[in-house]
Amino acid sequence: MGRLSTDLCGIEIDSPIIPASGTFGYGYEYAELYDINILGTFSFKGTTKEPRFGNPTPRIAETPSGMLNAVGLQNPGVDRVISEELPRLSKVFGKPVMANVSGFSVDEYVETCAKLDSQEQVGWLEVNISCPNVHGGGMSFGTSADSAAEVTREVKKVTSKPVIMKLSPNVTDIAAIARACEEAGADGVSLINTLMGMRLDIRRRKPILANRTGGLSGPAVFPVALRMVWDVYKAVSIPVVGMGGVSSAEDVIEMMLAGAAAVEIGSANLTDPYICRKITEDLPELMDSLGIENIKDIIGGAHNG
Amino acid sequence: MKESVFRIKENRKIAPLTFLMVLEGDCAGMDRPGQFVNIRIEGLFLRRPISVCDVRGDELTLIYKTVGKGTEAMSRMSRGQELSLLTGLGNGYDLTKAGDAPLLLGGGVGVPPLYLLARKLRQEGKKVRVVLGFNRADEIFFEREFTELGCEVTVTTVDGSAGIQGFVTDAIPEDYSYFYTCGPEPMLRAVKKATGTSGQFSFEERMGCGFGACMGCTCRTVTGYKRICKDGPVLEKEEILWED
Repeated sequence: MGRLSTDLCGIEIDSPIIPASGTFGYGYEYAELYDINILGTFSFKGTTKEPRFGNPTPRIAETPSGMLNAVGLQNPGVDRVISEELPRLSKVFGKPVMANVSGFSVDEYVETCAKLDSQEQVGWLEVNISCPNVHGGGMSFGTSADSAAEVTREVKKVTSKPVIMKLSPNVTDIAAIARACEEAGADGVSLINTLMGMRLDIRRRKPILANRTGGLSGPAVFPVALRMVWDVYKAVSIPVVGMGGVSSAEDVIEMMLAGAAAVEIGSANLTDPYICRKITEDLPELMDSLGIENIKDIIGGAHNG
Repeated sequence: MKESVFRIKENRKIAPLTFLMVLEGDCAGMDRPGQFVNIRIEGLFLRRPISVCDVRGDELTLIYKTVGKGTEAMSRMSRGQELSLLTGLGNGYDLTKAGDAPLLLGGGVGVPPLYLLARKLRQEGKKVRVVLGFNRADEIFFEREFTELGCEVTVTTVDGSAGIQGFVTDAIPEDYSYFYTCGPEPMLRAVKKATGTSGQFSFEERMGCGFGACMGCTCRTVTGYKRICKDGPVLEKEEILWED
């Protein structure tokens, strides 16, 4: 085991660096640039029961130190993910992959998870109950402890793979939602999904995004994400995957000190497609300078004393 | 796609709000007309996609219009400044369909990508006709450059202050073999209606990544969902889903 290895819900991963869902497709675009097998794993594009086009464009807007997106879960649907995307993915990535799942009803979550459970390459199910860009699903499940627990409980019934619930920051008490997921059987939680936001075009006097609102990500949200990872780490005993604006090796260490067992990198991939490789390469030297032998030793390390 | 550092050699205004920037760097793998580069700009999060106007040796020419913070910041950059570019993005125009007498239709900042295309088509010995559309006479750029390539150039202006009064669609000749176009969407829609042959359209969209990962710029086409940045920006006329 290398210095970067860590455990994620019972599966040993070589590195805590995990590209986040929606910023890494199914891996092919990045596999053209570097060997993506240096990653711990990656979370593939959010998958739903039925194919989805997503929202009209514009889907993207610039913000101070970040961006808004309102893609709206564009994906080919779970059946085609299994028949087309996973076989292609397996040619460029040889490790267990994280399957990101979304839905518009509990039944949809269950059906999609059950199908992905049968796929050998799927290591974890990351269940997204926090997408802010769809109506009547997504985030609405992640903003109440009861519905978050219900999705967790029902999904757990149909899979033997570790279930990681992806949580929304658009709540008053994210630790309470995390606790509800843990009590319902979740093997881990990941946070944060994007923060709901908006920009207007002052010339047209209209929202820039066709969906009007979108999810804010990028360095702007890092301190918000870090605080939430900190609170959730204190509240639960299952692994916490930290994400939100992480864009350097220093950010990774900070997230892990706050309590993250592994760290997802999202929008930084879009502005620097090599960022996950750079962070992976930068980590050992940074660890040397900070007196860290093995990265897993620092998880939650800032909570001591 | 490749990430490279380029150095600005030249950055000057060539028309109102319109700038020409020459950059020096590794131009390998970017000689397909109609492709674009994605530029990192200090102080902004997202890169800015700009179409390639010309590539010669290690020199890359871009023409851009100042439409927001990114392009305004670019217009203030000076010679010697270094920029991080993602290069070789997008599919580009398919030259094999041109036929003997292709027609190129460009409107405003849709004109630049047609320059490298015209140069390549001329190298292949094609008879190239170009229609360049602008709002007013003072906005015209690159008329001479296209002429010097040996293209037959017609200019249109909306207010009639130069060339033919009207739009590029008012200057379409009858006997062309195929067409290539780039410009604002209302112009592209008009071109689709006004043309009798097949052709290729280059599109613009707000992008997240520029290389196909984020699904930020997807559009519906006859042949399914296409990412403007990766499966485009060039689409064939027959693929486009516009109700007439």
